[in-house]
Amino acid sequence: MAVDILMPALSPTMEEGTLAKWLKGEGDKVEAGDVIAEIETDKATMEVEAVDEGTLAKILIPEGTEGVKVNAVIAVLTEDGEDASAVSAPAESDVEKVTPVAEPEVLEAQAAADAPAAPALTNPDIPEGTTFTKTVLRDALRDAMAEEMRRDETVFVMGEEVAEYQGAYKVTRELLQEFGPRRVVDTPITEHGFAGLGVGAAFGGLRPIVEFMTFNFAMQAIDQIINSAAKTLYMSGGQMGCPIVFRGPNAAASRVGAQHSQDYAAWYGHVPGLKVVAPWDAGSAKALLKSAIRDPNPVVFLEHELLYGLEYDVPDLEDYTLPIGKAAVIRKGTDVTLVGYSRMVGFAMDAAEQLAAEGISAEVIDLRSIRPLDMDTIVQSAMKTNRLVTAEEGWKHMGVGGEIDAGGPEQGLDSLDAPRMRVPQNEVPLPYAGNLEDMSLPNAGDIVAAAKAVCEGM
Amino acid sequence: MAKAATPKRRSSPKLKKDEALKYYRDMVLIRRFEERAGQLYGMGKIAGFCHLYIGQEAVVTGMQACLKEGDQVITGYRDHGHMLACDMDPRGVMAELTGRAGGYSRGKGGSMHMFSREKNFFGGHGIVGAQVPIGTGLAFSNKYLGKDNVCLAYFGDGAANQGQVYEAFNMASLWELPVIYVIENNMYAMGTSVERHASETELYKRGISFEIAGEEVDGMDVYAVKKAGEKAVKHARSGRGPYILEMKTYRYRGHSMSDPAKYRKREEVDDIRSHNDPIDGLKEQIVAQNIASEEDLKAIDKEIRAIVKDAADFSLESPEPDPAELWTDVLLPVEA
Ligand SMILES: Cc1ncc(C[n+]2csc(CCOP(=O)(O)OP(=O)(O)O)c2C)c(N)n1
Ligand SMILES: [Mg+2]
Repeated sequence: MAVDILMPALSPTMEEGTLAKWLKGEGDKVEAGDVIAEIETDKATMEVEAVDEGTLAKILIPEGTEGVKVNAVIAVLTEDGEDASAVSAPAESDVEKVTPVAEPEVLEAQAAADAPAAPALTNPDIPEGTTFTKTVLRDALRDAMAEEMRRDETVFVMGEEVAEYQGAYKVTRELLQEFGPRRVVDTPITEHGFAGLGVGAAFGGLRPIVEFMTFNFAMQAIDQIINSAAKTLYMSGGQMGCPIVFRGPNAAASRVGAQHSQDYAAWYGHVPGLKVVAPWDAGSAKALLKSAIRDPNPVVFLEHELLYGLEYDVPDLEDYTLPIGKAAVIRKGTDVTLVGYSRMVGFAMDAAEQLAAEGISAEVIDLRSIRPLDMDTIVQSAMKTNRLVTAEEGWKHMGVGGEIDAGGPEQGLDSLDAPRMRVPQNEVPLPYAGNLEDMSLPNAGDIVAAAKAVCEGM
Repeated sequence: MAKAATPKRRSSPKLKKDEALKYYRDMVLIRRFEERAGQLYGMGKIAGFCHLYIGQEAVVTGMQACLKEGDQVITGYRDHGHMLACDMDPRGVMAELTGRAGGYSRGKGGSMHMFSREKNFFGGHGIVGAQVPIGTGLAFSNKYLGKDNVCLAYFGDGAANQGQVYEAFNMASLWELPVIYVIENNMYAMGTSVERHASETELYKRGISFEIAGEEVDGMDVYAVKKAGEKAVKHARSGRGPYILEMKTYRYRGHSMSDPAKYRKREEVDDIRSHNDPIDGLKEQIVAQNIASEEDLKAIDKEIRAIVKDAADFSLESPEPDPAELWTDVLLPVEA
């Protein structure tokens, strides 16, 4: 029986790739485990190994072909003794025929739709006439670190796989090459240890950037972040500041299950002595990371894996920074205020677009910082629109949305004439199954529904 | 580049037929299962992270052969092989990988988080090192309840650097808990070789300051594993406390499916695969000692292929979990 060899998905977010090279030719014998081809994915070049044994009867996608869809038939293998010539050539359309089935692609596609339409709005403080360069988020974060490392010799990066591997998510790509192993340090898997070591290094006069492979693993280190980094300035009567950045991807990725998918914004947002930043687009992320590195205080910098590969307009401004603790109105509207941070901002922008089509004018606020929380910007907007929807990837109970709702009245939000609504993750550990994960995580549709509910009878 | 796995120095005991064929079958089942899982991942049927055990089969196969009813097993995220070796149903394991209702966690756990109380398999843990204190706690419960059961706590060379491992070592030794720490040293923690992540690379020595005996074992030789395992299990079961076995082994595939594995040379992998493969090694011994013929082994291979195909088919036919499952299992009701 002939076996189709399909274009494999080699990462949860891969939809298509380049078939870079065939390492076996037609007529070659292949054993399970043999490398038969090389493909380039969104992140790296990967080897494709054979799963079955037999003879490579036909190569259907020549090497060098770009944009080969995951699951397209790339070659045909015949079992021993079978007649290779019996394998018929495929229809042209085969490359397109098989569409990816996995949920990750769906999530990525949704995320891709979040790319900002109007750069000037995503960063309202940028001077007129500024030009922009399209940059993916991971590169913008990298550039921020590189710029600060050039500027200040005491800044260094430390974490698992940050140096030789170039970062588990490639955010520290090429930093080792430029700055060398003294300043780009691979650590063992010892989060509690290296977070504490980072705190000590900060006390000792350095400015560490501690990368957690994901913030889920920072739970191993949370004692050092809170008990040591956040509190020592106070406990020492102001003697011992701790200029350190703890950064890495936060919240859900794609089908990685409960232990690898948590939003820590509310967790860290609870703690006096910390600053907490959770940016969305690449331009503000770069500017905020630079500010975080310069900040004399410990900053928890929450990134998002599903945004790393998305392209945004980054302003061509020398040494562009943004203040931590300031939110941004990134879309103007009159009927309802949508507030989010990180990936939820993209969904809010998407929701605003959908709402506009239905005659509802939504204003969108990118929180950027969780602590300090910019209630002024939220209150100003909500006073105008009179309706408020908050979106977060974390749980609702004791969450960021709850804090905004509660913080509002203290600052004059009590004139609000419609119920505010929160759009959170469902109150369960994140399930693995695709359908349940979809149900559990908030998205643009949920924000639209909430906005409509608060606009009822408008 | 890391130094290659233990050079070939196979134990050459006289094999007993049933035992040898069981090991062969168990290892081939894991290998074929994992290859299929890799394929389903490539097709988008398995999502998220998927860490394959290919190359390390002898470790779990040899160790599990030392256990008796009621002994417990716990490991990290590279867990499919351990579950099969615990005699869990390949259908249920594969269906968990595809996130379906027929999976061991009814689709809610995924590749890294799977459990079976019936088979005393306590996971499947996504956080590197977390299983070590938990496994120590299982051993604590055995001692507390007066059972003569032991717990096997498997973890990687990279995990061996987590602080909680040493906190557990200390308590286990202090309280003489029946736990065997099986360090699966496959020479890399993701992209970092042991030389680059460990100050003492001979990991079996990591228990010395806790007075825990340790031993280095050729983890590519199922009989060597079995022999060391029996000694360690006997030690723990007889109330003399924990034991450390450092299994020198190797993973052929990337760390997970999305790892381009640029940190090692293709030749390093090929060399171990062609000279030190646990399945090929056993096969040679079986044939050389006339325990079974190549044809007999081929027949077993065929049987295994059918089991794996059945598991894969089941994992694709099984429906996604019922939406109501989203809300179940968060807390148990309090008994009235
Ligand atoms: C606390 C924690 N830190 C980091 C990770 C990410 N991670 C998963 S596996 C792994 C490497 C572990 O290597 P090792 O212990 O040698 O086991 P192997 O993968 O080789 O089986 C890393 C860094 C994690 N899951 N948990
Ligand atoms: Mg390892």
